[in-house]
Amino acid sequence: MGDSRLPASFMTPGTSSFADFLGVQAPDLLPSRRAVPAGAAGDLAPHGTTIVAATFEGGVVMAGDRRATMGNIIAQRDIQKVFPADEYSVVGIAGTAGLAVEMVRLFQTELEHYEKIEGTTLSMDGKANRLAALIRANLGLAMQGLAVVPLFAGYDLAADQGRIFSYDVTGGRYEETAFHSVGSGSLFARGSLKKLYRDDLDAEGAVTAVIQALYDAADDDSATGGPDITRRIFPVVHVITADGGVHMPDDQVAAIADRILAARMERPDGPAASLT
Amino acid sequence: MSMPFYVSPEQLMKDRADFARKGIARGRSVIAIQYADGILFVSENPSQALHKVSEIYDRIAFAAVGRYNEFENLRIAGVRLADMRGYAYDRRDVTGRGLANAYAQTLGTIFSSGGEKPYEVEIFVAEVGDTPESDQLYRLTYDGQVADEHGYAVMGGAADVVAGHLAEHYVAGASLADALRVAVAALGHSESEDRVIPAGDLEVAALDRTRSQPRKFLRLREARLTEILGGRGSEQADAPAPEDALAGSGPRHSGQDDPADPTDQVSGATPPLEDPVTGEPPVAPPATPPASEPPVAPPPPQPGQPGAPGQPTAPGTPPPPTEPGQV
Repeated sequence: MGDSRLPASFMTPGTSSFADFLGVQAPDLLPSRRAVPAGAAGDLAPHGTTIVAATFEGGVVMAGDRRATMGNIIAQRDIQKVFPADEYSVVGIAGTAGLAVEMVRLFQTELEHYEKIEGTTLSMDGKANRLAALIRANLGLAMQGLAVVPLFAGYDLAADQGRIFSYDVTGGRYEETAFHSVGSGSLFARGSLKKLYRDDLDAEGAVTAVIQALYDAADDDSATGGPDITRRIFPVVHVITADGGVHMPDDQVAAIADRILAARMERPDGPAASLT
Repeated sequence: MSMPFYVSPEQLMKDRADFARKGIARGRSVIAIQYADGILFVSENPSQALHKVSEIYDRIAFAAVGRYNEFENLRIAGVRLADMRGYAYDRRDVTGRGLANAYAQTLGTIFSSGGEKPYEVEIFVAEVGDTPESDQLYRLTYDGQVADEHGYAVMGGAADVVAGHLAEHYVAGASLADALRVAVAALGHSESEDRVIPAGDLEVAALDRTRSQPRKFLRLREARLTEILGGRGSEQADAPAPEDALAGSGPRHSGQDDPADPTDQVSGATPPLEDPVTGEPPVAPPATPPASEPPVAPPPPQPGQPGAPGQPTAPGTPPPPTEPGQV
């Protein structure tokens, strides 16, 4: 009879963190506690690639391409790499796809768990710090080639603005202004956004800018997938405002992507910025 | 040489059940009522922060009466269990039945184990389904019994009276507004009067199957409640109950023993074991009581009556100290 009740760790007050609780109760469920044999393991699993995010007046958008690669092979052409973390935030992931998707699930549960236990949501910085802690716990695997690098964005209700955070594999957390990109195509995407981003963009303008940036990334990086017009596969786009986050419907993204493609038929390098 | 008294198992269990029941009866009632789009929870709870109704998972909610620290402990255990199961398997694999079973085992084990105080709680575990027929409502008592309820259920202090009122007025498949009105009227109903509970003193939450998000739990705030309930006549707040934590009320120094208040520092008719200052045992009482006053057994303490008059001091015992620290 004594075995059937909930274990004592369930009833112990103290932590509001799901990851901490899991570390005590079922550490084998944590993605970072997996034992991996020594040596590089980076080529074992698919890699996700480019994520871009940009703020606009009253919110923030994040978009990710749909390609996962294994070396020179395209492992999947419609993978989803941008996920809602909670109602007001979104996380996109680059790096080892399997670990990253599991880490996103852990992060989503972490935020919801805190909200239910404490009766209030974490602050934007609190969420960003929790994600940093999860990434830091993965450092051992990252050093064997199984790195996960997220990009985190959300609407900060206290500051009334969209905010973007980037990370490194050691769990370093850096707040970015205006726009940022991670993943193999991020250099090209960031260069593109530098020329396209303006402070006065509205939500649709910001979505157009990030899809342009993904196009430019796909143009020059073989691991980033461009719009797949024959299969109608387009980037995953999330828009977050003070009303919460929405996954932009595929037909709306397709309409913007089609406009961009039509313009690139005229000028394949995309819109030209003025020289001065 | 002392011999332990023999207590029959029946008596032991009955005493523990009485103890738990008394603790539960001190609190105000909570109603769970099914309506067309889900399950509604209504309780009178002046506190805005200490909830009696909470979210456990996407389709599962939790409501409780009794000791706050104990049901809060159970609530957190439930959230942890549900989140862990949802993370290890899938969100759809977290069920109200599984949670109710875990609670039942836990409460039952604690109730029957000799070393632990039984939990003075009663809880609802509800899961909203895709149709009203697939809604589930479980009621768990302090000893781990599970009852599968349908339509409506009440627990807490005046559960019988409130349930009686609901039995007369409950309509299956009512709208949210109608179900809320019936439940609030039932909570305000007592044998002597029908009270209009202020909207600000109500804690109302629902599991609404029509919500587009996966998480179906939502709280109905005061503005929304006022809008739905409309004009109901003059509102009348309930008298303070033992469960209300009044700000700034520390241990009471009434000089009288209050059996309902474990924090008072007076032990009434029970003499202190030793002098609190010198540590000396008290002077032994006279061997025979004076013949003029026959010993009178103190009346049993009245539960649920805070501030009941102190018990008459049994003859031959030193008077209780009027103020702690004074000898």
